[in-house]
Amino acid sequence: MPRILRINCRTKEYAFEEVGPYVNLGGRALTSRIINKEVPANCHPLSAENKLVIATGLLGGSTAANSGRVSVGTKSPLTGGIKESNSGGLFAHKMPKMDLLAIVLEDKPAQEAPFSTLFITDEKVEFRNADDIVGMDNYPAHDKLLAEYGDKLVAAMIGPAGETLRKTATIQFTDPYKRPARSAGRGGTGAVLGSKKIKAIVLDPAVNNKVAAVEADTFKAARTTWVNILKEHPVTSQGLPGFGTAVLVNVINEAGALPTKNFRYGQCDHAADISGEKMAETIEARKGKTTEGCHVGCVIQCSQQYNDKNGDYLTSGFEYETIWAFGANAMIKDLDDIATMDRICDDKGMDTIEIGNTVAVAMDGGIIPWGDGKAAIELLKKVGTDDPMGMIIGNGVVAAGDAFGVDRLPVVKSQSMPAYDPRAVKGVGVTYATTAMGADHTAGYGVTANVLGVGGTVDGHKKEGNVELSKNLQVATAAIDSMGFCLFVAFAVLDSENGVQTMADLVQSYTGNAFSVDDLVALGANAMKDEQDFNERAGFSKVDDRLPRFMEIEPLPPHDVTWDFDENEVQGAKA
Amino acid sequence: MGIELKCFATLARFMPENHEDYPVEPGETIRSLVQRLGMPLDDVTLMFVNSVRSDLDTEISDGDRVGLFPPVGGG
Ligand code: SF4
Repeated sequence: MPRILRINCRTKEYAFEEVGPYVNLGGRALTSRIINKEVPANCHPLSAENKLVIATGLLGGSTAANSGRVSVGTKSPLTGGIKESNSGGLFAHKMPKMDLLAIVLEDKPAQEAPFSTLFITDEKVEFRNADDIVGMDNYPAHDKLLAEYGDKLVAAMIGPAGETLRKTATIQFTDPYKRPARSAGRGGTGAVLGSKKIKAIVLDPAVNNKVAAVEADTFKAARTTWVNILKEHPVTSQGLPGFGTAVLVNVINEAGALPTKNFRYGQCDHAADISGEKMAETIEARKGKTTEGCHVGCVIQCSQQYNDKNGDYLTSGFEYETIWAFGANAMIKDLDDIATMDRICDDKGMDTIEIGNTVAVAMDGGIIPWGDGKAAIELLKKVGTDDPMGMIIGNGVVAAGDAFGVDRLPVVKSQSMPAYDPRAVKGVGVTYATTAMGADHTAGYGVTANVLGVGGTVDGHKKEGNVELSKNLQVATAAIDSMGFCLFVAFAVLDSENGVQTMADLVQSYTGNAFSVDDLVALGANAMKDEQDFNERAGFSKVDDRLPRFMEIEPLPPHDVTWDFDENEVQGAKA
Repeated sequence: MGIELKCFATLARFMPENHEDYPVEPGETIRSLVQRLGMPLDDVTLMFVNSVRSDLDTEISDGDRVGLFPPVGGG
């Protein structure tokens, strides 16, 4: 029976509990329910009352393709609202092998307390001295953990940004290639772990209990159907593995929706230099890897390993969002500079979307010149040090805007926007406006129907159909995050007749509990309701569902579109 | 003056040398252009003319910017 492990970070007590009221929940549905029920909505995110939940999805530990994503839930230091941040890596599939559904970190020790490494076995938790890795960047610290715990290490950790409680701080997870390259990126989850004085969490490599589907034969059949659905769709079988998510640079640029120079233009003159095509070509010339999975069991493989000019490993999981944020929004042309910043963000433990936007704001404020990659690299290196500039940058766009006197801040609920200008992709704009997460493209990816022609077609320049599109995608996404699936399965599912049914079949046969398509939809909708409820109690109302004013009054070239929804019109996208 | 033509991702190999000034006939559509370039029609699923989502029957003329993509996604 999977259990919930609660750890008090102050008293160092812990308990393995039955799931009790949280039965039939997993991933995001579980983290959002626990946070909504157990965390006072008005607490300070870095206070003892906040909790940090790490949960595996309903299909965690299973052999269903692309089901190994982990959910991290907390009250966000960045937004002040609820947060679920989703990552790849080895954690989610390992937890069920230790009979764990969720790990809940509670309370916090005194500020001057030393950092610990939590070592978790299937029956006990040890707070181990972390002195030897405190202050270190994630890659070298992770190497030390590898040396100590061996090749089968499965860890979650924070870098200097998390240790210093910065609002951009991530939690980095061990990937299948023994690197801390997968991050729960958004919302500052790493700062919450830092406030609890936990530098790393290590799951005992020696524990590896067998996990099997309850209805083995039905599960096997559903699993085969599932792989075929993913293998037969051209996006999940060709586009993503071939060019990574950065394949979008050229598409979104062609569509006139690639935010450029801190959201001034929808097209970028040097898009070709920072495209997925260029990235793939560079990786091949330097003998890196264009195709890899972020967790065991991924059949799509959108990730990659990017080598530097000397052919040495530089970074992996080099995403479209990262390339856009530094490349188009901060106008940096050199892909190697951008890859270096991706690596620095993984090393310091920082969200590349928030940091890329912050660099653009620093450029807008005249702190460094537009497009100056080398100067941006130096700025990023200051995060985690006691340099005040590093403290500002590490706290994200709103903090940087305040410090540098910049009023052009592309944020919703204090979280900065990803790589789609909502004026030209209104389906995703409605999601930015209404999701409890703050501006978040993964919460309801309207880009599908607005630009990519997947799951139907809805005009991204007009209002019609976009509230409904966003709502349907938000519900589906919350369900996908709760089952533990990678969101990219949606590309295939949206165009497949039996996609949703197959996901439900997988859950039912794996868990042995009845799980219909209706249950799947309810799982997603209820997760959203928990999130909305928490945010309302935290003080958010519909006036927080607005995009920045400049998007209403400044038309975006080349289509000269503005954001013309008011907050009442978008309420229908909520659960 | 012709069109500014770009073929992306797996279609890049069909891009002609003179893609920056590619001549088109009066009445040319994306369909006829794609056929002329030797691309399998089924492989072209996303097309933009002057940054506007278009379809195979969209007409193109001198001075247009045309972008052709296979099915792609990401996030
Ligand atoms: S498709 Fe990409 S993000 Fe999804 S599981 Fe595979 S590597 Fe990870």
